Amino acid sequence: MRVVLVAPMREPIAEVTTENRNEDFRTLAREQLPRLYSLARRLVGEEGEDAVQDCLLKALQRFHQLESRAAAPAWLTSILVNCCRDRGRARARQPQEVDFDEVEEFSLYRKIADEDPFPYSDSLHLDFLDEFGAEDVREVLARLPDLYRTPLVLVYMEGFATKEVAKMLDAPLGTVLARLHRGRKLFEKQMWDYAETTGLLREGAR
Amino acid sequence: MITCSEAVKQLWEYLDGTVDDSQRDAIEEHLSFCRRCCGEVEFAQELRRFLATSRSEQIPDDVMARLSATLEELDRE
Repeated sequence: MRVVLVAPMREPIAEVTTENRNEDFRTLAREQLPRLYSLARRLVGEEGEDAVQDCLLKALQRFHQLESRAAAPAWLTSILVNCCRDRGRARARQPQEVDFDEVEEFSLYRKIADEDPFPYSDSLHLDFLDEFGAEDVREVLARLPDLYRTPLVLVYMEGFATKEVAKMLDAPLGTVLARLHRGRKLFEKQMWDYAETTGLLREGAR
Repeated sequence: MITCSEAVKQLWEYLDGTVDDSQRDAIEEHLSFCRRCCGEVEFAQELRRFLATSRSEQIPDDVMARLSATLEELDRE
């Protein structure tokens, strides 16, 4: 007989066998697969599927650490983020040089107003954002160093609180806030550079 | 009194609610007379909305099938 756990998972249940435990994990993880895959694609692009595979293996080994079903999304996300980070290190990319003085002074709002890519538009800034499809956003994210991309995605795209993200990344809150600040500045700068270099604004010019 | 540059640097933190009271007051005072920085705030809000609603990538059927197969095989004896 299959025993299905209900929250809280630490409730005493009859006959918690290894097979019951594994089956419970499978049920819980299966529900999260679409979300985990989408997040992994944002964090490591083409390696997203492999990162989710890594995450499933690690999560099963640590399943006993999960305290409640409600905590499962954040718990799985935390494991996935670390798997993505390991893959980032394994790729052994050259550290990306970033001139933060230049980035700090950059304002996408002013850049769009100054360059005026849509001269006949009444809603210049919204039109700029409208040119970016989901694939374009992924491309822009891929241009950010992992260090800044991860908190940006977790907070502003996945909706996690900064405190939760600090816990996931095992970093002080102040460090996460500083990386978020730089991450979103870099994102704005890369949005503009991407739009310029890929001809996004020319195609969208109307 | 803070400058536009100082206000703009802290706008997202202001919207996140992670600035302290004195920083918040200084930014709000600046926004009360600076139309350009009000535009910056509105755009920052739009950009945040854009990120939050950016379409998640749907999991392709073949990827879902492979990951489900991995789950089935995990520790199955």
